[in-house]
Amino acid sequence: MKKLLIVDDEPNIVMSLEYAFQKQGFHVFIARDGGEALQLMEREIPDLIILDIMMPEVDGYQTIKIIKENPAFAKAKIIFLSAKSKASDIEKGLSLGADLYFTKPFSVKKLITAAENLVLS
Amino acid sequence: MPNYVILLVIIGYLSLLFAVGIWANKKSKSRWVHNPWVYALSLAVYCSAWTYYGSVGIAASDGISFLTTYLGPVIALPLWLVVMKRIIIISKQYQVSSLADFMSLRYGNNRSIGAVVTIICVIAVLPYIALQLKAVSETFDILSEGSKSNTVITDSTFYIALLLAVFVALFGTQTTDASRRRSGLIFTVAVESVLKLLFFLIIGIYATFYLFDGTTDIYRQVSALDGFENLATFSNIEASINWYFMIALSFFAIFLLPRQFQVSVVENTSTSHLKKASWLFPLYLLLFNVFVIFIAWAGKIVLSSDINPDYYTLYLPLSQGHKLLGLMVFLGGLSSVISMVVVSTLALSTMISNNLVIPYGFIKLLNKTNPEDNALRIRNIRRISIFLLIIGAYFFYINFNIELSLFSIGLIAFVIIAQLAPAFFIGLFWNRGSAMAAKAGILIGSIITFYTLALPFITEVFIEDSPFATLGPYGIEFLKPYALFGLDFMPPVTHAFFWSMVFNCMFYLVFSVIRKGNYRERNYAELVVNASSYGDLEENAFVWRGEAYVSEIKKALVRFLGEKRTTRALDLFYRKYQIDPSIEKADARLVNFSEKLLTGTIGAASAQLMISSVVKEQPFTLPEVLKILEENKETISANKQLQQQSHDLKRLSNSLKTANEALLEKDRQKDEFLDTVAHELKTPTASIRAASEILADADDMPAALKQKFLNNIVNDADRLSVLITNILDLEKLSSGRDVMNKKSHNLKHTVDKAVDGIYQLATKKGVNIEVGAVENVNFIYDEDRILQVFTNLLSNSLKFVPSHTGRIKIQAKKQHNKISLSFEDNGKGIPQEDMQFIFEKFYQSNNQNIKKPQGSGMGLAISKHIIENHQGTIAVDPAYKRGARFVITFNTNEL
Repeated sequence: MKKLLIVDDEPNIVMSLEYAFQKQGFHVFIARDGGEALQLMEREIPDLIILDIMMPEVDGYQTIKIIKENPAFAKAKIIFLSAKSKASDIEKGLSLGADLYFTKPFSVKKLITAAENLVLS
Repeated sequence: MPNYVILLVIIGYLSLLFAVGIWANKKSKSRWVHNPWVYALSLAVYCSAWTYYGSVGIAASDGISFLTTYLGPVIALPLWLVVMKRIIIISKQYQVSSLADFMSLRYGNNRSIGAVVTIICVIAVLPYIALQLKAVSETFDILSEGSKSNTVITDSTFYIALLLAVFVALFGTQTTDASRRRSGLIFTVAVESVLKLLFFLIIGIYATFYLFDGTTDIYRQVSALDGFENLATFSNIEASINWYFMIALSFFAIFLLPRQFQVSVVENTSTSHLKKASWLFPLYLLLFNVFVIFIAWAGKIVLSSDINPDYYTLYLPLSQGHKLLGLMVFLGGLSSVISMVVVSTLALSTMISNNLVIPYGFIKLLNKTNPEDNALRIRNIRRISIFLLIIGAYFFYINFNIELSLFSIGLIAFVIIAQLAPAFFIGLFWNRGSAMAAKAGILIGSIITFYTLALPFITEVFIEDSPFATLGPYGIEFLKPYALFGLDFMPPVTHAFFWSMVFNCMFYLVFSVIRKGNYRERNYAELVVNASSYGDLEENAFVWRGEAYVSEIKKALVRFLGEKRTTRALDLFYRKYQIDPSIEKADARLVNFSEKLLTGTIGAASAQLMISSVVKEQPFTLPEVLKILEENKETISANKQLQQQSHDLKRLSNSLKTANEALLEKDRQKDEFLDTVAHELKTPTASIRAASEILADADDMPAALKQKFLNNIVNDADRLSVLITNILDLEKLSSGRDVMNKKSHNLKHTVDKAVDGIYQLATKKGVNIEVGAVENVNFIYDEDRILQVFTNLLSNSLKFVPSHTGRIKIQAKKQHNKISLSFEDNGKGIPQEDMQFIFEKFYQSNNQNIKKPQGSGMGLAISKHIIENHQGTIAVDPAYKRGARFVITFNTNEL
């Protein structure tokens, strides 16, 4: 069973993602911001992280940097999911080491397909 | 009274004056000699024998027209003050020593102008001096009761004239620099002015109060005589026109008579003395004229009608046997004669030597000899001129004394002198006036004066019963000398004055306009006309081009000034301009400076001749001069323009830069705003889309969960619509398009409404809202908008205060016309670094790009706009540490 960590401060979006990915057989963890996520990852290293960028306290950019610095987290794939949709934002996100970048609003089905492909490969 | 007694008295009197003169010369620096009183009194040299005797004569025969010669100067005074100041300053700067020098300077140191002016002055003044001699001679005869001598050898007048000549020669020619002041001479003139006035007043009082019982007594008696009416009023229109012309004539005389120029300009020691003169001189004239009419009337009553009224002052005491009083009157007359003759001959002799003899003939000779000889030679020229002038006057008097009264000779002199007026006065104010035009004007004016005044007179004297005066030349009526061009209602003098002035002015103006003067002339014209910045009259004010060696110029200077004075002057010059004294080539400044130095000694025109003989001047052609002037003008104006333009450009580019920066900043803000708006809109949209997608594919979903998703969708849709409303609101407010609905409202009611609106939520969270003493105050505001602000603040507080222990407090305070409202809470407060940004739209603490906004991020920005629209302020209280405290202040007056 693949482990998925959703990091987002929008409860409604988190609720939709949790429902959809659980239905696909993911074991879903939830963090409200980067700080919570890193705490969580000390116990469980997820196969996939869906990471929002704009969050209170520790944001998505800071979070990914810390994850990438730690070799223990190397196996975790990362998908950015953000409302920041400019080309420069996407470029920046990918250059920081994310595997995929999804912009909000997004298609749940496409996100799931992409996520499954990522963890299976 | 025996002749020899009178002669002895005269000699004694002259010696006394001589002693005074010597004393004053020695004390020339003392307060007694160098003061404005002396200056003002010396101006009274204007009152010659003509005044002393002649005005009584004219008062007796023609009535009040004698006043014109004194009214003219009085009327001229304001102008006199202004013009004199300018003339004096220029004259001092350029060592001008006479009227001829001044006019030659004005027309570019023109030699011929100086000569013409000198000739005119000699022609005008010689008869005038003759008139003085005539007065002395006649009064001498009256006093001695003897018959007139017929030969020169036995004529006492001749000796008196010689005595005067010696007196002038001794006092007037002590230095060769004619522009130097002669304090001794001027002091004696001032003393004589006092004496002649004093004596005249004494005889006036004697006539009015001793011979008669005061003025009313005289008037009563004289009004009984025949023809009295004509004496006290203007008889007709012609007489009144005449009156004005006479005033104009004497107006000119006060400037242009050589002796007036001498005392008022050349002998002036300080322009500040003009002030005293401006009231003292008119007062002097007034005093002199007070008794004239009464003496005339008294003479008419007391003396027989065959007695010459000119000498009433003398006959009156003599007829009563008061011989000493008669002698006193004679001495007063003598005083006025001496001062007039002395100053006039002095002025004329300077003109003759500096403007006639030296520039036309002697300059070459002077150029060759050594300085001591030159100085002596120049002095001798002047001394000879003085003697020649006085002797010339004497012979004029001998030959012409039959016909003319004192008054008419004086007037003729005035008319001749007046010919200088156009070139002088217009030249002072109009820089276009040229030398040629001046000469043309003076020439035509003089010809007309000669034709209309002198010619008929001469023909009458030499050819008995000549028809020339009455019928015109060859009987041509049109050219009758006393009625030229049919103008027949003026007396001869006025008539001559009128026509000569008309032609003189016309020629001067027309010639000046037709042909401009050369560059030198225009330089000097500019100098005189625009002498407003007197301090700038420097040597380098001239355009000059050529080659000159300092040693040559120095040689020329030494010839006239001597080694010592030359070295001293050049030293000063070098120091002034900080020029290396060893320099070989002279520049324009040195050339002009040297000319100035020499002007005092040999006159402006000669000085120019002198200097130009040692320098090779390359004259500018007129186009060249014009080019230089134009270039100068153009460069200056172009420079100014360029400066102005570059200044403007700089300012423009600065303001453009600022505007550009402001625009860039605005643009950046707008981008940021759009980014943030997009982000804010996308988040709920994403949520709605995700939930909808899940619901569409969730047949197996439990109903409760389905309901939850549906609720989420509704909430997010609501959130979207609030966002949109806020964005539009903010745009409306910040662009000023929002129209407030301002009316009088009660502040307490509005606060209560706001609290009511949030009360339920607060109770639910267990937060206590306390409304302190809000004053019951009414003022004008848009209640919906203000309510929006209050609600926003309250809901912010509500969001941040802890549940159950949360506390919100509203308070109001009124001070004068200000009311402030505070909203306090015990929430987490606002970080210090955020305080200044929280009122910006979408401000999010720290990194704006990343941090999640609290609330819509627009509430405070909207609030700020609303409050500011009400001329109020909204701010966070940085001193409040227990939570957040917002303070809103309204100015109740302005609303």
